[in-house]
Amino acid sequence: MTRILDAKIPGGPLADKWDTHMMDSPLVAPGGNRRKFKIIVVGTGLAGGGAAATLGELGYNVLNFCIQDTPRRAHSVAAQGGINAAKNYQNDDDSVFRLFYDTIKGGDYRSREANTYRLAQLSGGIIDQCVAMGVPFAREYGGTLANRSFGGVQVSRTFYARGITGQQLLLGVYSALSRQVAAGTVKMYPRHEMLDLVVVDGKARGIIVRELITGEIKRYDADAVVLATGGYSPVFYLSTNAVNSNATAIWRAHRRGALFSNPCYTQIHPTAVPHLGDYQSKLPLMSESLRNDGRVWVPKKAGDKRAPGQIPENERDYYLERRYPAFGNLVPRDIAARAAKVECDAGKSAYHSDQSVYLDFAEAIGRLGKDVVKDRYGNLFSMYEEIIGDNPYDTPMMIYPAPHYTMGGLWVDYNLQSTIEGLFVAGEANFSDHGANRLGASALMQGLADGYFVVPRVVANYLAGAKLDPVTTDNDAFGAVENDVRENFQRLLNIKGERTVREIHWDLGRTMWNNVGMARNREGLTSAIETIGKLRGEFWQNLALTGTDKDLNKQLEQANRLSDYLELGELMARDALMREESCGGHFREEHQEADGEAKRDDKNFMFVSAWEYGGENKEPTMHKEDLVFEEVVPKTRSYK
Amino acid sequence: MSDNSGQNSMTIHLKIWRQARGEANGRFVDYTVGNVPPLMSFLEMLDVLNEDLVKKGEEAVEFDNDCREGICGTCGMIINGVAHGSHAGTTTCEVRMRSFKDGETITLEPFRAGPFPIIKDLIVDRDAFDRIQGKGGFVSSNVGSAPDGNAFMVPKEAADNAIDAAACIGCGACVAACPNASASLFVSAKISQFSWLPQGDPERTRRALLMVEQMDAEGFGDCSNHGECEAVCPKEISIQNIARMRREFLKAAIKG
Repeated sequence: MTRILDAKIPGGPLADKWDTHMMDSPLVAPGGNRRKFKIIVVGTGLAGGGAAATLGELGYNVLNFCIQDTPRRAHSVAAQGGINAAKNYQNDDDSVFRLFYDTIKGGDYRSREANTYRLAQLSGGIIDQCVAMGVPFAREYGGTLANRSFGGVQVSRTFYARGITGQQLLLGVYSALSRQVAAGTVKMYPRHEMLDLVVVDGKARGIIVRELITGEIKRYDADAVVLATGGYSPVFYLSTNAVNSNATAIWRAHRRGALFSNPCYTQIHPTAVPHLGDYQSKLPLMSESLRNDGRVWVPKKAGDKRAPGQIPENERDYYLERRYPAFGNLVPRDIAARAAKVECDAGKSAYHSDQSVYLDFAEAIGRLGKDVVKDRYGNLFSMYEEIIGDNPYDTPMMIYPAPHYTMGGLWVDYNLQSTIEGLFVAGEANFSDHGANRLGASALMQGLADGYFVVPRVVANYLAGAKLDPVTTDNDAFGAVENDVRENFQRLLNIKGERTVREIHWDLGRTMWNNVGMARNREGLTSAIETIGKLRGEFWQNLALTGTDKDLNKQLEQANRLSDYLELGELMARDALMREESCGGHFREEHQEADGEAKRDDKNFMFVSAWEYGGENKEPTMHKEDLVFEEVVPKTRSYK
Repeated sequence: MSDNSGQNSMTIHLKIWRQARGEANGRFVDYTVGNVPPLMSFLEMLDVLNEDLVKKGEEAVEFDNDCREGICGTCGMIINGVAHGSHAGTTTCEVRMRSFKDGETITLEPFRAGPFPIIKDLIVDRDAFDRIQGKGGFVSSNVGSAPDGNAFMVPKEAADNAIDAAACIGCGACVAACPNASASLFVSAKISQFSWLPQGDPERTRRALLMVEQMDAEGFGDCSNHGECEAVCPKEISIQNIARMRREFLKAAIKG
């Protein structure tokens, strides 16, 4: 039976909802009261690390887990270009409402108004906090903060630190976290992987983890659990994500009853290093900020494989400038990615391969000089040169879209609470703020908004109001879940087959990329569901593993993560098949306008899907949250 | 295997340090990987080796890695005697096979330093860095207490110097390369970053004293100006930061 979910959006005008809601929510008084509450936070990126540090500052007893050897390496570290905030420092008519509107429109009217508005509202405070913590943002000569533009907007509201903004923001979070660890409010558990959620009397009360050095399985209890474990792009195998990024924490919570929303909304980033060979392990990102000054083009003639320098100006097609004169090279990611695919499918590509286009800086270097371009993008240029061997100051970059970010995730209400009481989900791991497409420089914004400002308040409100019975790890529920975890490892190690984790993951990735990637259709999605089912069967019958579970064993870690991707991939295909419309990153070939633009169906699909796990190899059930727009009127998204 | 570079694939011989967990001593083991395309990354070459090993029923070589684009600081090994390999300004994951020759033998060891105990094979424990950070690598500003972002005016030059230092990824190559296993480049980068910014000023004395004290307590050696750290640093952090740290520490020690 399909249920209609209640997002618990507070009443009143949009601009007042968050403040009113906070005023109406119960508090936990400072001092000893707060220390009595134990909170588990899984993940140490901007959302998780930010939440753990802030809850520690407030005086709660925080346990923070990460799979990396230190919290400073969470994958937020890799974000390059910047972070949005409605500061209007550039006096170009920016405002909270404009940032909210751009985000809603950018997400193709598939996000929840109240959450997106809150995100815009909190954005300014993030910059203030980061500056106060010593994050070295780029400055103008006068000493004020500098800004640049990102795709899908017509103002300059992106704050940045060269091309290493994510690293600098994460080091800010890490420094705050280090201070709390030293103060004893946060206990840090690096090289620990969450493998399951423990639910007692319907409430999230703990987790089961594996200590990655010794393989020891451990239990931890708490009064509330926060998951901030990132997205699931590596389901495509090749993506811009770190190789250890995984969906296991959210997927295991899903298996325990947390509904999974909009899994098919994935962001394919338009500018990554192209596919080089079948040995490749990732597609490094080339920041969207490059499109501030870089011009995207392909040869006008199909099959033209001359070196870029030999193609004269009048034989080049700057297709984004031609198709989208108002936004030009700075159209949103979904549009730029799909446009690259259209050109390559028509046989027009960079000389390197049939799946690559040029990103050219010659005009910018002529206009600004090499030094200015180097100051803005130097580290990205050298990163590119390391990989490809070409110098982008002289030869245009070759780029192609790559899986980058996932808008879908665990369903949460306005309070970031999942369908399991006491289980909160923050950052990329939840589904709530970006709809069907995320605008550039908004992931860092959401991570820190959730981490610094939303999670600390909503979790406190929950703890103040919840009637929680004392639960320890001796509770039977912990024993049962731990047993499941142990059995799962035995099952993996007992397969003793012949195909490696990488080989099966590669096959899953190709199926996802070809059928659940930039363009999808009924036939492809139906065949993907079948193929993934077969791959799952193959995985459980023919996986090759060595070593034991009582030791550091990265092949085993990856096998365990892949077993979840083999279920999640199928759900993504089912969700994409169900959604008979095109919106944002979800493009169904059957649903397009005459000019190839996405054709949305607001009458039938103005809702969030929320899937309930049906069991291994059983069909899931879909529930819904209807999207109601009170402030903005959904219209056809145009960047022309 | 092939790629689009037009260059021929290579055969690579490897001497890799293998050490089981809890084992006091390890040993070099020889391996060979064939059909290595020049555009392949160094870690992808090790992925291929590991797949071969698993298929033969042997245990994979364990090495730390994550982002594979040079920013997370997870990876790091000694490649032919040099931390992160001989190509300047790159992490291990950024090394490409085109910098090696067909038939070449490459020796791989973990980062070696007393304060970085070996966990398994090429993986070491760098927790000491976190403990140093906890002593003062922060500005004590709780969420909620920040003034407007533009209330702090920072000259562009100071902001640029701060980010030059802040670019450190905490990989530990500086320690591995130093004959004294000094952590001075790592610690000085953090102290230096905050010393350039007005936000860092109120705690600068305490920060310099406590972080340097913890560095010593962890067993890292003294800096004697060899400059090896700067040479291997994948982010090209300057040893001028060490001079700046010394000034900060001296001023702090005088102030008490």
